[in-house]
Amino acid sequence: MNQYAELTWQGLWKNNPGLVQLLGLCPLLAVTSTVTNAIGMSLATIAVMIGSNATVSLIRTWIPKEIRIPIFVMIIAGFVTCVQLLFNAYAYGLYQSLGIFLPLIVTNCIIIGRAEAYASKNTLLPSVYDGFIMGIGFSLVLIILGAIREVLGQGTLFDGAELLLGEWASSLRVEVMQLDHSFLFIMLPPGAFVALGFILAAKNSLNSRMESLVEPQIEADKPQRVRINKVS
Amino acid sequence: MFLSVTPSPHKVGQANTAKMMRNVALATLPGIIALMYFFGFGVLIQLVICMLTAVITEALILKVRKKPISLTLKDNSALLTGLLLGISIPPLAPWWIGALGVSFAIIVAKQLYGGLGFNLFNPAMIGYVLLLISFPLQMTTWQVPFEVAQHSLSFIDELSAVFSGYTTSGVSVNDLRLTVDGITMATPLDSLKTDLTQGLTSSEATNKPAYSTMAGLGWEWVNLAFLLGGLILLKLKMIRWHIPVAMLSSLFLCTLIGYLLAPDSHGTPVFHLLSGATMLGAFFIATDPVTAATSNKGRLIFGALIGVLIYIIRNFGGFPDAIAFAVLLANMTVPVIDYYTKPVSYGSANHRKEVNDE
Repeated sequence: MNQYAELTWQGLWKNNPGLVQLLGLCPLLAVTSTVTNAIGMSLATIAVMIGSNATVSLIRTWIPKEIRIPIFVMIIAGFVTCVQLLFNAYAYGLYQSLGIFLPLIVTNCIIIGRAEAYASKNTLLPSVYDGFIMGIGFSLVLIILGAIREVLGQGTLFDGAELLLGEWASSLRVEVMQLDHSFLFIMLPPGAFVALGFILAAKNSLNSRMESLVEPQIEADKPQRVRINKVS
Repeated sequence: MFLSVTPSPHKVGQANTAKMMRNVALATLPGIIALMYFFGFGVLIQLVICMLTAVITEALILKVRKKPISLTLKDNSALLTGLLLGISIPPLAPWWIGALGVSFAIIVAKQLYGGLGFNLFNPAMIGYVLLLISFPLQMTTWQVPFEVAQHSLSFIDELSAVFSGYTTSGVSVNDLRLTVDGITMATPLDSLKTDLTQGLTSSEATNKPAYSTMAGLGWEWVNLAFLLGGLILLKLKMIRWHIPVAMLSSLFLCTLIGYLLAPDSHGTPVFHLLSGATMLGAFFIATDPVTAATSNKGRLIFGALIGVLIYIIRNFGGFPDAIAFAVLLANMTVPVIDYYTKPVSYGSANHRKEVNDE
């Protein structure tokens, strides 16, 4: 169980793919203009990560080391195609609004990174969990960024949720503030860069604050130097 | 007799940051007066909004960064940023336009990079570009100059238009753009661009009432006034001649070549020199000591680059004016320019080689 707790901590905070590894910036910046887009992208990424990690972990003993990267890419591409066809069938509106970024999940470094760094060295269950929790960590960043950009850009939340969840979800739309004019800058990629910068800064400052809370206790636990000398 | 012995240097320059910023700000006065003559008190209202916001946000962010507040505020740099942005904003734009642009300029473009002296990009122009790409409509609705305007406005009217979008008699900002003939009028650069895409030749396009003898009603005088202010700055040695001269001559050359090759699809060189923000950009914006190149040779390259970029963006780009984009793009090249134009130090191996070659 300890292993899973460690994986969770790594995926969600310490080694968060979006905030610490800074991988997959292309979908992170391009599709987070609304929360709905961010959630759609998250679901697709999580599904692909679980699938690819499971497959890579199962066949890891038979993969020749020299050509492992092309094999990983083939596996990931297979899963991305499945996800893309599913979106096409069940969430056509979202499929159109995600556009090229859905097939581009193939090139998302997080997925190939986890396949290479974790799934190819570990057994099935931890690998599946790693794919899931890394996907969740990435999704949280996507959704936070999407929420910030949607509220500042057009003053709403969950706009267009019915594209993803069906007709009932159109009631989820929240009008946070009334904007006469949409704030185009924040809805375009440069706004995503700036917003991500602020999120990174917030994460780092939280981190250093947490560390400064933890550290004094460690200092206190250390034996006094004088005593060490006396013992030796 | 008491003789004080002091170490060298004995002659100390009088210039300091605060004084220089103040002089630059004062030198914009002719231009501001010209703008007010043609576009009314809205100019002044925008300036007040922008400068107030600049000082307030600078104080706030300095407090967050735990830096000395009054010491930094006294260097007038925030005021100058607010001033330059205030000049660039259309006089009757809603009040939050200026406030938003200036606070972004001060917080993100200046203080997040480390404050005055560390910013890579010209803060005022970052604020302007943010506004231009976010609110293209509000940022391009300049009113018509008073001479041909349908509505005449009092100070109270303008104040109410800035804060509510309507004058006291209930005329919307959009209607204020009507000329006496009842047609709206864009700025000269904007209207030239639109007309050219509609198949008019440039001489047909410049026959409209928006143009007078040289470069567009009002705008030619505004630019000449900024030119006057710039010459004062040169005289006071607040700026050096390299950037403005290089920028204006490269813009002149490019437009001249374009005009000679295809007179129907280009404005005249004089039109380009005297319309839009050309003079403001050449003397007040491109010469920002922090973000411009630092050696004389580098300044020449930097200025010339801006001139070429202005020509390219004005003629082939999507936006009518190009000073802000050109300056920001050139700001990006400054580290490279500085690297390759480092002056040789006296007596070094390179210097001796140079002397021997001559």
